[in-house]
Parts: sequence; structure tokens; C-alpha cells
Amino acid sequence: MNYILLSIFLLLSPCILIYCQDRPDNPPIIETPNEIDYLHEIVVDSLDIPWGMDFISENELLITEKKGELIYAVDGSKTQITNLPNVYVRGQGGLLDVALHPEYEVNNIIYLVASTNTEEDDKGGNTALYSAVLNLQDFQLDDLTLLYKATPNTNKGQHWGSRIVFDDQGYLYFAIGDRGQRDITPQDLSTDGGKIYRLNLDGTIPSDNPFVGEPGVKEAIFSYGHRNPQGMIFHPEKKQLWLNEHGPRGGDEINISLKGRNYGWPEITYGINYSGTIITNQTHKEGMEQPFYYWTPSIGPSGMAILTSDIYPQWKGNIFVGSLRFEYLERLVIEDDKVVKREKILDKIGRVRNVVEGPDGYLYVGVENLGIVRIIPKNETISLGL
Amino acid sequence: MKLFLLGYSVASATIFFSIDQQKTLKQSIEDGKMIYTDFCLQCHLADGQGVEGVFPPLADADYLFEDINRSIAGIKYGMSGPITVNDVLYDGLMTNQGLEDQEVADVMNYILNSWGNSFDEIITSERVKSVESPND
Repeated sequence: MNYILLSIFLLLSPCILIYCQDRPDNPPIIETPNEIDYLHEIVVDSLDIPWGMDFISENELLITEKKGELIYAVDGSKTQITNLPNVYVRGQGGLLDVALHPEYEVNNIIYLVASTNTEEDDKGGNTALYSAVLNLQDFQLDDLTLLYKATPNTNKGQHWGSRIVFDDQGYLYFAIGDRGQRDITPQDLSTDGGKIYRLNLDGTIPSDNPFVGEPGVKEAIFSYGHRNPQGMIFHPEKKQLWLNEHGPRGGDEINISLKGRNYGWPEITYGINYSGTIITNQTHKEGMEQPFYYWTPSIGPSGMAILTSDIYPQWKGNIFVGSLRFEYLERLVIEDDKVVKREKILDKIGRVRNVVEGPDGYLYVGVENLGIVRIIPKNETISLGL
Repeated sequence: MKLFLLGYSVASATIFFSIDQQKTLKQSIEDGKMIYTDFCLQCHLADGQGVEGVFPPLADADYLFEDINRSIAGIKYGMSGPITVNDVLYDGLMTNQGLEDQEVADVMNYILNSWGNSFDEIITSERVKSVESPND
């Protein structure tokens, strides 16, 4: 009898141990290149948290500072834009992403996502999307328009999202994180948070959004069951919305957001609570999507670019993601719809908040407590005599 | 008799006040724990140990106790630039978290009385209010 009990215990004990710890590192394991064939230069300096950026031209940049500043930078010199929305700076919240309208050259419209309390109800805040006309004569925003405001407000400091992305069909996408309320928001279509949203460029809701016409739902929702997406891009070849999101400890993910799909948070996850306790042992469930890739250990992903230029030897088509936690830019090589290689770029540069491919084809990286950095391939620096 | 009544009321007021303060400290630490979980834990970790060279520790941290108002200002206004904590150099950025004065007081009380730390006075929202930005 005792032997039976003992063998049951011996059988179970590894499970108990495994489930109280992080999962083993998820391959491919991150590599540090033997030879570094690039340099970097700071193109805009002295920034705290350059959360978002978009290019007006090859040498003109719009940059958001999380603390609530919108900066126009031309050849490295900065001017603040005024008449911003009233930003509610709390915890991870503040002024988040900025993006130019696809026809900015014609209409001068930009979009912003910010943490706000538009109701003035002293109950905290939630994520909001604005449009405005950028007036570079007076360095101010005109016609500031609130396009979407998540409700209800909460004084939680976490998980506001967000990135602003356009597809090739005239839709705008943005993300809102679960707002630190994982058991309330991500699986409930009647409330905001833990979702990817799709709007027309004027802020109206597309009639073919997946949940339009269902009673009580937020009809702007495009996909749900997300935790906190802070990197998102329209894949230039696959024509899909790719994103990365902060998971719990050991559960950061790359997802491909498809219309109406459920990405499972918090019912399935590869991570555990930051305190070390279990959220769920389930990683799969019917009706819930698997991530394209998950990071164990968590890298703290922010920003996402898929390189289209030929400037860097061997990097075309690779995915680039900032690591806040390990302070590098991650390069992911994809083959046959799988991540086959991960490599550190700009190792130890600082908390990498954002990465975009500029109109000149170079990679521009937003680094906290540093600025905007441009990556230059070494072969080019020799020919330029740098 | 008047003197007695006056003495009595002063004495009872003092007792009530100190009971009230004790309760407040306990409550403040409890509330502070929630603030800590939401705003601080991700970097400074659940045990207040931080990450050596990246996020400074709060448990048994000399820098924290050297100048309490400086620590309050750090939470209230954010801080950046090099600091040395327990002989290790840190050169990071902690942004202003947007906490209200009472929340800063609560999280200070939690930090000052957790993981082996102890501090013999309560941080009040009035004290937080009076702490000015080191950059002004």
C-alpha cells in the first residue's frame, strides 16, 4: 500500500515542480552574432520614452513621449507640438502611438492613441484614439477629434496597448490591452480592453466588422482575447495584421490577428503570474488561436517591423521586435511560417521601445533614456568613409 | 475640574489619535501593497530585490533610507541619472507613475515596512504633498 502511495507521489511530484516554475526556454534560443556587421548612430537624442514615431519625410519625424509630448524632429532638432489631447499619465499609460494618415500629404491628418479621461469622472482612464490635422506653421494640432474612447475608466496602471496600423483596404487598426483586468475584459465582447479594433479612417465602424449587429457588443472589435499588444504591423507580403503582445511571465506572444478570432487570454497562456503562481495549465483550447510564436523567457516586446528594404545583407523579410527587458533589438528569421533563428541586435543599448523601417529603408529604433537610433550596415559605412 | 477635563480630553485625544495613526499605518501598508503590485513589481520584483545593475533593490537598500524625502520625490516626480545603491551603480530611468499623494504615501509605507525593512514613522499624504521636485 505504501509503495502505491509512494509511486503516486513520485509520479506526481515532477508535475508539481514543473507547474510551479517557468517553462523551459522556447526554441530557437536567442543568439549573439559572432561578428557585428552594423553600426548605429543617434539621430534624435535626449528622449525619455519615445513610445511612437512616424516619418513625414526622410528627415522629418513625429515622435511621442509617453509623458505627454508630441515632438516634431527635423535633422535631429526638436520642436514640441501643442494642443494635444489631455493625457492621463499613469503607470504604463500616457501618450502612446502616433501614425500619419495614408494620405497625409493631401490632408495633413495624423492619429494618436493616448490614455485619457475624457469623461472627467475621477475614476481613472482608458485608451482613446484621436485624429487631428498637423499644422506645422504654428506647430500645433487643429481639429482634434476623439474617434474612440474605451470604457469604463479604471485607475489601474497597466496594459493600455497600443499601436496604430493601416491595411491596404482602407481600414485602421489599433489595440487596447486588458487594463489589468484579465478576468473581466479580454473574453467579454461587451466591454473594452484586451482587443484589436478596426475602424474606417474617419472613425466610423466598418459594416463588415465581425461582430456588427450582435446585441450588446462593441462593434469596433476585430479580434479578442489579447493581453497587451505594443507592437503591430500590416505584413507587407502576407497582407495580414501581425502583432506582438506582453504576456505574463514567460508568455509573450507573436499573433496574427484574424477577423473575429479569439486569442485565448487568460484562458490559455504559456506564461505564469509574475509572482510565480499559476494562471492556468492550459495552453490550447478549441475555438482559441495558438500564437505564431511565444517567448519563454519573456523579452518584454515592444514595437514591430518587417524589413522590406535591401539595405542590410540577409535581413530582408525578417521581423524586428524591441526587448524592453533584455535591452536589445531582436531579429527573427522566418522560414516556412516558423521562427527558425533569433538574434540580438544593438545588445545592451537600453530598453527598446519601438522599431520602424524609415522611408529610406533604414531601421530606426526608439530607445528609452537615449533617443532614436539608426542602424547602418558596416559595408556602407566603409564606402561612406565613416 | 476644568483643568481635569482639559487634561482628560487632551489625553484621550492623544490616545485616539495614536490608535487612529496605527490603524492608518496598517491600512496604508495594505493599500500600498496593491499599488506596489500594479506599478512597481514588474521592475523591483515581488521580493523587492530588483535586478542587479538594472533595477535597484528596495529591500535593505541604503539609498532608500538615506534620505526619505528624496525617495518620496523619486516616486512622485520620477528619477533618472546615476545612483549607487548598496555599492552597485544604476543609471536608469524611473518615470513619474502618476500616483496621487496618498498613493505615494501608501506605497512608501509598504516599501519601508516589507522584506525586512522597517521604519518607525508613517509617511502621510501631507508629507508627500510638501516634497518638491529636485529639478525645480
